[in-house]
Amino acid sequence: MPHTVPDSQLVRRAKAGELAAFEELVSRHERQIYTRAFRILQNSHDAEDVTQQAFLSAVENLGQFREESSFATWLYRIATFAALKLIRKRKGLDTISLEAATEPQEDYASIPHPEYIADWRQSPEQLVHRHETRQLLDDALAQLDEKHRLVFVLRDVEGLSVAETAATLELSEANVKVRLLRARLQLREQLTQTLGNPARRLVHEHHHH
Amino acid sequence: MKCEELLKLLNEYVDGTVDPAICTEFEQHMAGCNPCQVVVDNIRKTITLYKNGQPCELPVECRDRLHAVLRERWNQAPPAK
Ligand SMILES: [Zn+2]
Repeated sequence: MPHTVPDSQLVRRAKAGELAAFEELVSRHERQIYTRAFRILQNSHDAEDVTQQAFLSAVENLGQFREESSFATWLYRIATFAALKLIRKRKGLDTISLEAATEPQEDYASIPHPEYIADWRQSPEQLVHRHETRQLLDDALAQLDEKHRLVFVLRDVEGLSVAETAATLELSEANVKVRLLRARLQLREQLTQTLGNPARRLVHEHHHH
Repeated sequence: MKCEELLKLLNEYVDGTVDPAICTEFEQHMAGCNPCQVVVDNIRKTITLYKNGQPCELPVECRDRLHAVLRERWNQAPPAK
């Protein structure tokens, strides 16, 4: 089916019962769904599970999909919730917030200073097309604590607002912000160690604080 | 503004939600502090890379299983009644 057929048209045909139209939608979005699930869960088996659940739930709920958002947005939302549900299940939590009540609130005082500061040798536009880049991004993401990773994925990868990220994860907005800062700084550090130009490394002079 | 204060405001600055008066201070600091300028640039690029990164390939067996499960469900209960 040519990609010139918009998703919205395929959705209407699928709603009318055309399996081929639905399968085309699946083929268009399955990699994105799998990738998102993998980024949240960090495990290919669970990512496959969530991908299946998301599309099964799309089959079941297609009739109720009112097309107020794009099919992709609707589907990505379903997949994100399925992935978060699996994380809660893994932890033996049911509908309780991901936040452990005993966990101390993070604050800005403990945010680490940037260490490796250097311009990157290549632009993101060049890097995006390199095969090694994806591995580098996945590895850096895998090193984050789950609580930082979830906030970063929802906010910066999926593009939710701070308020939406907070509501989805049942966190305060203040907590989302501090976790996001930590995640961004840690990823910057990791990526710059590989992508930074050592010849242009800068040293932060802490004495002028 | 000191480097440390800049660090705390980094999210708001990068996301464009910082108050205009603070934004000016932020930019004045960066104009005189090359490391902070590079950190901000690195952060922007980090976010861009993750946003625009290529999705992973779905393993072939995984894709086959997915389509088989979906076809089965579809045939049991197609969405159109
Ligand atoms: Zn500075």
